[in-house]
Amino acid sequence: MEKVTRLASEKGVVIFTKSSCCLCYAVNILFQELGVNPTIHEIDKDNEGRDMEKALTRLGCTAPVPAVFIGGKLVGSTNEVMSLHLSGSLIPLLKPYSATLS
Amino acid sequence: MNSPTSHFVPPRRMGVYDPIHQISMWEENFRSNVSLSASTLLIDDAEIKFDNQSEYASHGIPGTSKQYDQEANRLADKIQRRLAQNREAARKSRLRKKAYVQQLESCRVKLMQLEQEVDHAKQQGLHIGGTGLGSNSLGFAASLNSGITNFEMEYGRWLEERNRHTLALRNALSSHMGDVELGELVDGTMNHYFKLFGMKSAAAKADAFYVMSGMWKSSAERFFFWIGGFRPSEILKILVPRIETMTEQQRSDISNLGKSCQQAEDALSQGMDKLQQMVSESVAAGQLEEQTNTPNMSTAMERLAALVSFVNQETLLQMSRILTKRQAARWLLALGEYFQRLQALSSFWANRPPKPAECLIP
Repeated sequence: MEKVTRLASEKGVVIFTKSSCCLCYAVNILFQELGVNPTIHEIDKDNEGRDMEKALTRLGCTAPVPAVFIGGKLVGSTNEVMSLHLSGSLIPLLKPYSATLS
Repeated sequence: MNSPTSHFVPPRRMGVYDPIHQISMWEENFRSNVSLSASTLLIDDAEIKFDNQSEYASHGIPGTSKQYDQEANRLADKIQRRLAQNREAARKSRLRKKAYVQQLESCRVKLMQLEQEVDHAKQQGLHIGGTGLGSNSLGFAASLNSGITNFEMEYGRWLEERNRHTLALRNALSSHMGDVELGELVDGTMNHYFKLFGMKSAAAKADAFYVMSGMWKSSAERFFFWIGGFRPSEILKILVPRIETMTEQQRSDISNLGKSCQQAEDALSQGMDKLQQMVSESVAAGQLEEQTNTPNMSTAMERLAALVSFVNQETLLQMSRILTKRQAARWLLALGEYFQRLQALSSFWANRPPKPAECLIP
């Protein structure tokens, strides 16, 4: 759990993924399009991957990947990200962490 | 309201299903009502004579002008009553005709659907049983995948309901329904679309390939297909110009929504590309039977299909927040009509007589 929270607060935009997950890939693409370069942690390549997966589920991310953290706080998975973006609320959240948006 | 939408119905088809015969049956019905009124006419005439005789009896020798007046009054009453009965009969006849036309329209949609299914099955050389047309990837006889056959039946019912909503919206807008009632109609129509998204998600669990390739849709709709549905941004672009008066704020909001949709779609399209690549590599490497691969792949497809439905749903929601109820009603009406026309187009093209062979090389 600590590893997850530590990694999540290290950078502004952090995404926990699995290497074969196409939805994780899609979320990453979206962030790139918005001018953000998120820090990616592939939990299936990590020794403590299974614990991290449990930690993410306990934090409320049911998928459990992709798990998106902005400013150290859990935003959610694909549904939450899409919902925020379509309502226009994602870009304001990302502004502090993007070169092109601010 | 009573006239059908601008559908293309090839004349050849009309004769086979005999709506003309049915219309003449309706006409007979009307005529028999008219003759009913006519026989009431005769009875009334008899009544007049009878009444006149009783008048004679009770008043002895009547003065000619007074008797004439009373007779004239009673006659006028009788005429008025007959006219009223005729009006009533005509009104009832019109209502019956209206109900009949609505029934015809919904049957026609169902028929077009069935025709498409038959054509599709013929093309694939499938055996048409009573269980629908879900086909497995190896192209054998129609699969007994109950999740898919359920979905197809439900989709047929969903289409009929969608057509009813479209008709109701058209009537509501032209009859200047009040805002509260119109708002309820709009909410009902939107919930109906959300229901479809749920149905598709459930069907994806049964057969994700089926949902991803849009097998239940008409051919013209499949032309525009994108990962199990329509691109939300395309629908915004097509339909927004039809909404007349919008405020600057609304236009700007819709433009932003369109941009967000486009970005989300690009990301999902690339996700889909990656998924296709993974599936293709697995198939090429002959890894389908392995436990590790197949569950991951089908889960990934289910999730992707579900996400696309979710994006469509969110776009609808955002539109309903930006627009007023009346604007939303017009937009949903345009949406319903657009899909109805696509389906009619599919049916028309599927039923064209074959063209003579053309010589392209002189």
